[in-house]
Amino acid sequence: MIYDVDNETLPREDLEALQLRRLRALCERVYNNVPFYKKRFDESGIKPQDIKCLEDVRHLPFTEKQDLRNQYPFGMFAVSRDNIVRIHSSSGTTGKATVVGYTKRDIENWGHLMARCFVAAGATSRDTVHNAYGYGLFTGGLGAHYGGETLGAAMVPISGGATRRQVMLLKDFEPTVICCTPSYSLFLAETAEEMGIDIKKLPLKIGIFGAEPWTEEMRKDIEKRLGITAIDIYGLSEIMGPGVGIECHEAQDGLHMMEDHFLIEVIDPASGEPLPPGETGELVITTLTKEAIPLIRYRTRDLTSLNIAPCKCGRTTARMQRVTGRSDDMLIIRGVNVFPSQIESILIETDGLSPHYQLIIERRGNMDTLTVNVEVNESMFSDEIKNLQRLESKVQKNIKEFLGVTARVKLVEPKGIERSIGKAKRIIDKRND
Amino acid sequence: MKVDQLSIFLENRAGRLAEVTKILHEAGVNIRALSLADTSDFGILRLIVSDFKTAKARLKENGFTVGRTSVVAVEVKDEPGGLHQILSMLQDADINVEYMYAFVTQSGDSAVLIFRFDRTDQGIEMLLKKGFTIIPGEKLYTL
Repeated sequence: MIYDVDNETLPREDLEALQLRRLRALCERVYNNVPFYKKRFDESGIKPQDIKCLEDVRHLPFTEKQDLRNQYPFGMFAVSRDNIVRIHSSSGTTGKATVVGYTKRDIENWGHLMARCFVAAGATSRDTVHNAYGYGLFTGGLGAHYGGETLGAAMVPISGGATRRQVMLLKDFEPTVICCTPSYSLFLAETAEEMGIDIKKLPLKIGIFGAEPWTEEMRKDIEKRLGITAIDIYGLSEIMGPGVGIECHEAQDGLHMMEDHFLIEVIDPASGEPLPPGETGELVITTLTKEAIPLIRYRTRDLTSLNIAPCKCGRTTARMQRVTGRSDDMLIIRGVNVFPSQIESILIETDGLSPHYQLIIERRGNMDTLTVNVEVNESMFSDEIKNLQRLESKVQKNIKEFLGVTARVKLVEPKGIERSIGKAKRIIDKRND
Repeated sequence: MKVDQLSIFLENRAGRLAEVTKILHEAGVNIRALSLADTSDFGILRLIVSDFKTAKARLKENGFTVGRTSVVAVEVKDEPGGLHQILSMLQDADINVEYMYAFVTQSGDSAVLIFRFDRTDQGIEMLLKKGFTIIPGEKLYTL
């Protein structure tokens, strides 16, 4: 099934004509309404009228995450505050967080695109959806929620946490679709087993999984253990939230990108030059229809490749391969995006702590754990255990509060952190070992 | 009247304590008293040594985090009730003991109690007023 047959099966040339029309209008809008973009365009010596064909997009300046941080909180908005109906934000302290706003139409478009995603995954208006993405400032929960309601499905806004209760409701409410991170689905399966419930026998048949990288092997494992079809979804809050791309259940081979709303490019992350379909590089997205916070050539830092071959499901949109990695040092821990620099600023802002730290990420069972090793220096050292433990729990609390992720904080001896060529090795990710 | 105590941060793994004693041994520093406090991840080794300066410098050179804390050494008769007498007086004066450790002198007739108070100066003042013998640092280091 296809939710929006007209737009999801457009012949490529019609799609590209639509994209060009929207791109030109977008350039006009940002140039006239966002001082940041006017400056960027002027610096690049480009005017909105210079965009004559889709290929001209390569002459437009990139937008980086740091640009959004620099414009915190509302500097990137292209409409007045009166027209904003929702604000989401990433985690992080001031200077590290990014803020996105939505107009009424943005919210409607988002709901529409997420509805497309549910249908691509095999869901219909008759389904009940157990939505275990976090509700709140994180875009996952509300994004999926409005999409399900737009489709006409019954949403269960369970949000994250309270896993035993989640299992109980999976049994009692008999949802047929679940939305969560892939690792959480396996944790649910384990918990169900502990509770003596055979999760495979429940009516659940579709899982829509995103917000963290996963592999084909993990998909097979999830499908076998939960007895469902597992679908990969893509999105990021800067662009919209979940719903930028999704796999179809017919092929499960690449994520269909919502190209009528987003102009998709893959570039060489080093040179910034566009790469042809099939070549792996960094995904770059231009939001063609966003009103509140339209972005030109946003560098997602996600590494992938595009496939424009027709799909057996009938959609004509380009398919993005599963994201294979990042071109920066962002970590995704239990669905939460964490930059080492965010941890660093929390350490520096905590009295007397050294900026010498190391992040160790491990997968215990199916759950990711983050350990922050901090070197003890003389200014923070105390001969009393309680003072050092207080320091550990203070850092732990700040990380939880600002980044929304639970970390174990461990004090270590100076030089206990391995340094390679004079530079500290900041991250040890053991998840793929 | 105060005694300089050396505190050393140690990760809780095999061989770390031996590393400290090796450095002190090679520096010709003698250990007068020690106590070790630990958690599952780390420990704090507290030492009173014959040569504070040398010990601290050598340990720092070898990458240890070291600190200096002022503690108080009190001599009491090595007999039942010796410690209790002091503690009940401290309680009355509302002086809190953060931690303490003790050793018996070579002659064997008296014990030395090492105290870390929350209010060091008031602690000393009270002990002197009550007629206790406080061992100054210089004496303790060479005991």
